[in-house]
Amino acid sequence: MAGHAEDADIIVAKNVNKWYGEFHALKNVSLTVKRREVVVIIGPSGSGKSTFIRTINRLEEHQSGDIVVDGIPLTRDVRNIEAIRMETGMVFQQFNLFPHLTVMQNITLAPIHVRKMKKQEAEARAMQLLERVGIPEQAHKYPGQLSGGQQQRVAIARALAMQPKIMLFDEPTSALDPEMIREVLEVMEELAESGMTMVVVTHEMGFAKGVADRIVFMDSGEIVEIGAPAHFFTNPQHDRTKLFLQQILK
Amino acid sequence: MTTDIRSTSWVNTNHPAPAQKPPATEVGVLGWLRTNLFSGIGNSLLTVVTLVALYFIVTNVVRWLLGAFWEPIWVNRKLFAVGQYPLEQLWQPAIVLLMVSLLFGLSAGRWGNIMRNLGIGLGALLLALALIPIGLQAQMVMAASLALLVIGYFIGVRVAISSRWLALAWVLSLPATFVILLGGVNLPTLGVTWNFAPLVESNLWGGLMLTMLLAVVGIALSFPIGVLLALGRRSNLPVVKVFCVGYIELIRGVPLITLLFMGMTMLPLFLPSTWGNPSQLVRAMTAITLFSAAYLAENVRGGLQAIPKGQYEAADALGFSGFDKLRFIILPQALTKVIPAIVGQFIGLFKDTSLASLVGLLELVAVGKAVIQQPAWMGVTGGVAKEVYIFIALVFFIFSFGMSFASRKLESKLGFGKR
Ligand SMILES: Nc1ncnc2c1ncn2[C@@H]1O[C@H](COP(=O)(O)OP(=O)(O)O)[C@@H](O)[C@H]1O
Ligand SMILES: [Mg+2]
Repeated sequence: MAGHAEDADIIVAKNVNKWYGEFHALKNVSLTVKRREVVVIIGPSGSGKSTFIRTINRLEEHQSGDIVVDGIPLTRDVRNIEAIRMETGMVFQQFNLFPHLTVMQNITLAPIHVRKMKKQEAEARAMQLLERVGIPEQAHKYPGQLSGGQQQRVAIARALAMQPKIMLFDEPTSALDPEMIREVLEVMEELAESGMTMVVVTHEMGFAKGVADRIVFMDSGEIVEIGAPAHFFTNPQHDRTKLFLQQILK
Repeated sequence: MTTDIRSTSWVNTNHPAPAQKPPATEVGVLGWLRTNLFSGIGNSLLTVVTLVALYFIVTNVVRWLLGAFWEPIWVNRKLFAVGQYPLEQLWQPAIVLLMVSLLFGLSAGRWGNIMRNLGIGLGALLLALALIPIGLQAQMVMAASLALLVIGYFIGVRVAISSRWLALAWVLSLPATFVILLGGVNLPTLGVTWNFAPLVESNLWGGLMLTMLLAVVGIALSFPIGVLLALGRRSNLPVVKVFCVGYIELIRGVPLITLLFMGMTMLPLFLPSTWGNPSQLVRAMTAITLFSAAYLAENVRGGLQAIPKGQYEAADALGFSGFDKLRFIILPQALTKVIPAIVGQFIGLFKDTSLASLVGLLELVAVGKAVIQQPAWMGVTGGVAKEVYIFIALVFFIFSFGMSFASRKLESKLGFGKR
């Protein structure tokens, strides 16, 4: 059951289907992500992007198909789910920081209680991460005292503190004021350069072009097209992709 | 400078414009009077009528108060405070007061917020009682309590006492209070009897002390039960859920007084026979706790519902187990949100404990009834009931109003350092 370090594919999703009641939200979605790869998922609102990346760490349960993360099959078994969640960090559109805890406590809570790390070690590592995301001076403030951009950087540090192998981002800059988007994207770019495996849902086409190894285009619960950024943006194959790109790249 | 709306481009060369004062009529005493009391004929008329009515009520009340006969209250001040607790052992309640004052001081300094407000209220009360000549020893106890409150406050501000230890001290203060008031431990069924002073059975406890004890025990014991009920109500297990919903709705559908009577008559049926015969006080406290738990559960449920889904998701994504998620992330937020509601519930319970007078407990109202019946006042025309009940009402009002005032500004302060 342990992860195979040699295995190049860290996320394997095969024919994943998901329904909300009668509504077919994911239709036979298959995607393989390699180690150290950055995959950007784009698509119109309601196309199932969030639903898909949330099935990877079981925030949503899929009804059929297989998902294997770092060699661990995603089943109903709580041990598998917890193992996969330890390997994957997630960053949300709304940050979802814990408002009753300081920045430092937000970052160290899971390492201490889930990874059973010593408090001192967890705090030392948290300071390193805060320096990495550029806000070491905010360690003892509460999330409510930070700007949106700062909060999202804390959220990234919080996820990284669990030393995940994979980072999932669900529209990390969509709730930010324009002048703060840059600071968050810079942190993500640095993370990608450091070799982190990333799956990113975003509307930031600059980031997609500059950082992604592959772009995945989703529409109505299906993957429509996958391609390297160079080809994807200049030479999209499917009509639906062309239409979407026309709309957003005007 | 006005905007030229006909041209397509325009620059405000006056920017930034200096701020100006508001028009004169909206500020000052006259402005306030005009906008608040005399805006329009209807409002002016209403203001005048209210003022006239207020004048007659106040003058009549003051005339009655000045002529009223306050001696029964003054003479029975000890009875109102602690009931029939033996005079020579009053140092035991005094120790409890000293202990609670110190805890309030420490908490006010450490936690601030509602604790500081309550501490200020307690301080004012202690100061008043230290200055009124209620008796030299009692006054000294009040002064010493005030001193401990203040000292505790400064310690709490200066020293970073662990919140956990302070909370634990509060929890332990409750059983400690019982041991101190009783003069020892008396649990013959467990084979434990130990005492440092002649035992003072709980049927001798009374007055404001008993009223307070009933309310504090009611809230404190119902707290864990209420939290469990609230969590159980959201459980995925149908049996647990049905039990919790059933309990909450059943209790909320029944008046407290019926629970008190049931406690008096039926409690022994539910207890092992070896436990003997629980005292009146234990029976009343059981009824009050079970009653309060149902309401607390509903308050806590409100707090749980106010936690956004994202908090659960963030906790799940970080790999927290269900129990740790509740313990570290959900409950701390939910419970802080409902502190004002719980204070409100405490105030309600504080007043509702007066019902215990109907099942034979000598709390404040029952003491009042006893005082009215005292032979000494038989010759007073019209009796002394008016004075006694007004005094009791005043005591309830001072505490209730003080507590609700202390928690009033709380909601905004609990915003976890909002910007
Ligand atoms: N909890 C839910 N219950 C019912 N329908 C949902 C739920 N979550 C998402 N959906 C539906 O599933 C579809 C895909 O949603 P989502 O994955 O959030 O889209 P995207 O992230 O691409 O904007 C949408 O039509 C949405 O309305
Ligand atoms: Mg989405």
